Amino acid sequence: MTALVETTRMTGRHLRFFSRQPYFIGIFLVQPVIWLLLFGALFQNVINIPGFAFEGSYLDYLVPGVLVMTALFSCGWAGMSIIEDLDRSIMARFLVTPIHRSAIIAGLNLYEVIALAIQALIIGALALMLGAKFPGGVSGFAVLTLCAMLVGASVSSVSDAMALTLRQRESVIGINTLLTLPLTFLSAAFMPLNLAPSWIATIAAYNPVNWAVEAGRQALTEGPDWSFVLPRIAGLAVLAIVTTAWATFTFRSYQRSI
Amino acid sequence: MVLANDSPAIEARGLVKTYGKDVRALDGLDLTVDRGAIHALLGPNGAGKSTTVKIVTTLSRPDRGTARVLGTDVVKDAEKVRRTIGVVGQNGAVDPEATGRENMMLQGAMYGMGGKQLRIRVDALLAAFGLTEPANRIVKTWSGGQRRKLDVATGLVHEPRVLFLDEPTTGLDPEARSELWAEVRRLNAEGLTILLTTHYLEEADQLAGQVAIIDRGKIVARGAPDELKSALNGDSIVLELADTSAAALNGRLSGALRNVLELSEPVIDGRTVRARVNNGARAVPAVLAALDAEGISVASVTVARPSLDDVYLQHTGRAYVPVTQEVSL
Repeated sequence: MTALVETTRMTGRHLRFFSRQPYFIGIFLVQPVIWLLLFGALFQNVINIPGFAFEGSYLDYLVPGVLVMTALFSCGWAGMSIIEDLDRSIMARFLVTPIHRSAIIAGLNLYEVIALAIQALIIGALALMLGAKFPGGVSGFAVLTLCAMLVGASVSSVSDAMALTLRQRESVIGINTLLTLPLTFLSAAFMPLNLAPSWIATIAAYNPVNWAVEAGRQALTEGPDWSFVLPRIAGLAVLAIVTTAWATFTFRSYQRSI
Repeated sequence: MVLANDSPAIEARGLVKTYGKDVRALDGLDLTVDRGAIHALLGPNGAGKSTTVKIVTTLSRPDRGTARVLGTDVVKDAEKVRRTIGVVGQNGAVDPEATGRENMMLQGAMYGMGGKQLRIRVDALLAAFGLTEPANRIVKTWSGGQRRKLDVATGLVHEPRVLFLDEPTTGLDPEARSELWAEVRRLNAEGLTILLTTHYLEEADQLAGQVAIIDRGKIVARGAPDELKSALNGDSIVLELADTSAAALNGRLSGALRNVLELSEPVIDGRTVRARVNNGARAVPAVLAALDAEGISVASVTVARPSLDDVYLQHTGRAYVPVTQEVSL
């Protein structure tokens, strides 16, 4: 119970910072906007390739992929916040109070996914303006956003753990670059997997980014197959919890090293 | 439990802490801080002050040894220790992007405080430290002195019984420093035990009832500043030599000084020679004559009552270098 209260206090701290400079969110919107506008336009005809099993435009197809990719590179910066707190000794101050270590990680991750949800709304609105159709409606889009948020929570945790272990900005940037594009390309974000080489399809089956993209895309169809969506959401939730626990655990090695 | 109530505020035994293979930050450090004291841990940068504070405040773990705060083990029962201590870190650990009040409210929340009780406490502390006016402004717009006071006020939100101040006045101007000293004395008068680390001899001398001198990860001397000083008999005498033909000079110099009966333990450091004498005023002519006989010319002579400088010199065999700048070799 106290851990939950502490988590919301930590999230509140980050949200207050965000509310003072909301334009920061714009930095993370540049990429998805480029993908939607340019990539979406450039590849609009791939939808006509035989075997591209999707009802709707390529833009419709692309939205879940872009949103989940946004989760990767937006939440991947969570570790920067940890490094700032380490550099300013704010983390040291937190760690000599009785606060639960998990609340420090979970509070930051919760903030990251809230910021991501705001970005999802902006991306969704932009896609609608560009003519995208979401047959699954608001609830479908909410499920897609949830999938992206769960991916975001996992990525935040990985970023947090890297920050606490390596304590260098470069390592956070590195892990971000290392994760974002490969995980996105090894999924159905841009292309159905039946059109991809079989090895990509095999890897994608184990790629949480793919679970999120496919579950979110399914939720956006008319009459989604929930038996397809729910197990993937469950998998993403488990991953988010496990990675958060791992990031919390890295406080131990950090405290041993100082 | 009766025993625990009688235990010292801080008791460290045999603390060892190494970083990597080569850096031995603490080398069997023993420290006792009595309840109600202002206790200074004095030493240059790298002596082990901050490492000691990190371990005793549960931030870091010792490789060996034990530490207790008010009788509670800092490793085995870290959570309990955290509730009784307040820690003010070396470099302002407040969030510069938040307001002063937000910083303090968050600090309270981390101790499970909240609601009206916390708001009243925060307002009272802001008022006590003269920070009511800037309280709702972002901290990065505050002055250095205001920030440092906020650091201290933040460490006091949960009414700790032992307060740790790590280099509290480093980087402060003289006025802000003496204001902070006044705050520290006021808090101590209210019953708070305070351990402060400092590399300012003057700060330890002025503020602390007890001083522990730390050198290379060990406590080399401990006592009240006056005790430590009066344990050194006589006066200190400092000679500045006119020329610096170092190595060749050293032998002759030591020889010359050894002949001056009253003089004890001269320490030669470049062209500066420090020693203690029973009576400074009487020793000077003899010292000068002895050096003159050897053809060593002296640029200046200073005689002073013993200072903590001399205490430091006595216990470490080195002159006190008040750091901040690296010593270039």
